[in-house]
Amino acid sequence: MARQVTKQRKIGMTVLAWAVGLLIFFPILWTFLTSFKTELTAISIPPQFMFFDWTTENYSTINSQANYFHFMANSIYLALGSTLLGLLFAIPAAWAMAFSPTPRTKDILLWMLSTKMLPAVGVYIPIYLLFINLGLLDSRFGLIVVLFLINLPIMVWMLYTYFKEIPVDILEAARMDGASLRQEITQVLTPMAVPGIASTVLLNVILAWNEAFWTLNLTTTDAAPLTAFIASYSSPQGNFYAKLSAASMLAIAPILVVGWFSQKQLVRGLTFGAVK
Amino acid sequence: MATQNTTKVARAMMAPSVIALLIWMIVPLAMTLYYSTLGYSLYNPISTPFVGLDNYTYFLTDPTFIAALTNTLVLVVGVLIITVGGGILIALLLDQDVYGVNVVRLLVIAPFFVMPTVAALVWKNMMMNPVYGVIGQAMSGLGLAPIDWMTDVPLTSIIIIVAWQWLPFATLILLTSLQSLSADQKEAAEMDGAGALSIFWYITLPHMSRAITVVVLIQTIFLLSIFAEILVTTNGGPGSQSTNITYLVYQQAISFGDIGAASAGGIVAVILANIVAIFLIKAIGKNLDA
Repeated sequence: MARQVTKQRKIGMTVLAWAVGLLIFFPILWTFLTSFKTELTAISIPPQFMFFDWTTENYSTINSQANYFHFMANSIYLALGSTLLGLLFAIPAAWAMAFSPTPRTKDILLWMLSTKMLPAVGVYIPIYLLFINLGLLDSRFGLIVVLFLINLPIMVWMLYTYFKEIPVDILEAARMDGASLRQEITQVLTPMAVPGIASTVLLNVILAWNEAFWTLNLTTTDAAPLTAFIASYSSPQGNFYAKLSAASMLAIAPILVVGWFSQKQLVRGLTFGAVK
Repeated sequence: MATQNTTKVARAMMAPSVIALLIWMIVPLAMTLYYSTLGYSLYNPISTPFVGLDNYTYFLTDPTFIAALTNTLVLVVGVLIITVGGGILIALLLDQDVYGVNVVRLLVIAPFFVMPTVAALVWKNMMMNPVYGVIGQAMSGLGLAPIDWMTDVPLTSIIIIVAWQWLPFATLILLTSLQSLSADQKEAAEMDGAGALSIFWYITLPHMSRAITVVVLIQTIFLLSIFAEILVTTNGGPGSQSTNITYLVYQQAISFGDIGAASAGGIVAVILANIVAIFLIKAIGKNLDA
């Protein structure tokens, strides 16, 4: 009897959970479906859900007409460039804070966090004028530096929380067993640090890919990434639903996959280790 | 001796990050502060006289500023209510024994990875368009008059779009916190005859309070600077009905070329964000000791 009630409850909860999940996911699903419709089917009344003639013409149009790969390449450059630059700065800093902490380490960490809270418009005007004067407006290099700086505090924090979990004792044990410094680094420390570094890279790539204040304000065409490419659809091309959908799917698909794989690390990175 | 050496090395390792962030924070901020005291127009950049606090007086007494400030607060509070309330409910649901819970999780967190410009345009055109949008068609199907979202209720529309983007974040973090609640505690309460509601109220909610605080504070920081969603949907309009502080500063600088007033607006935004930041730093700093 009791078991039946539990089973019924489980089925009820399952239906409810799936309904909520599909409702939240619906705009993405709808964009996916629309991207395979013709423009005419896309605005048909009543809307066609699945039973229409699927076509991939929107995707080929986007690629041939809109120079999609130029923007895609910029997004990749910006995401990877700012992340690599970030690692170069953040790994040593986080390493030092985790393994030789001083009484001031905590203050430095919190101060770094506070720079993340500076709203973009507080520094927007000087950066904008500086970029004009230095000829950096619409350059990938300038934008990489800005994205690196806005994400550096998150990278240091995230790496710090991971490095702090590496037990120091294990180094001593390795030394007792006669490991050389090189072996210590390559065989003991690196394998333990890699997962943390990988998670940090993933989160940073997601954040840089989707950043939409600086990428919209400091670029026009040459350095414009996908965020700006999609913004160019705001009007009147936004009325071409099928093409807008295809462009949107191409812009979000890579990062959606990355995000799905790194959801656990995300919690940690975005809460600065405050929720695990 | 060895320790002193290590400290030196450690300092050298931290220096690049600290110096980079120090420059990033202090130099532009000081320049913004400086510009905010100048009568500086992009259309006449030769003459930039010192005007004292005139820009602040102008910015703070501009009726658009009051509207933008109100809109900013409504936007932040509206999104927080939806995401935290909805996040708690969905987290409780996903914490249940459910078939295919991992897939449901993927569906729920997906919007968080959608870039702001895509989220805004998909909602504006394909969901909220009064004629062809899904919501409009569903409403006419039910015999209701469709709403012209972006014109009739622009701020509400933006709240809905932004809440959709942030609901996954709140859910994910609240769920993580919920799953660290020990089953023993709940069982003990059940044995003592506590109902589901009182378990939620006296055990689950207090357990989640830290996570809720973190969600509220982190989201507030991001929500104060919402920009792309407004730029590609309503352009702050109609009038200034959906202009927030960030968008107003952008408008002052780009549309009106008024560097002085825009800088004053930037400083006001910094002060607002700082009020929130102080609480966040305290909350996180407390955790660092533990």
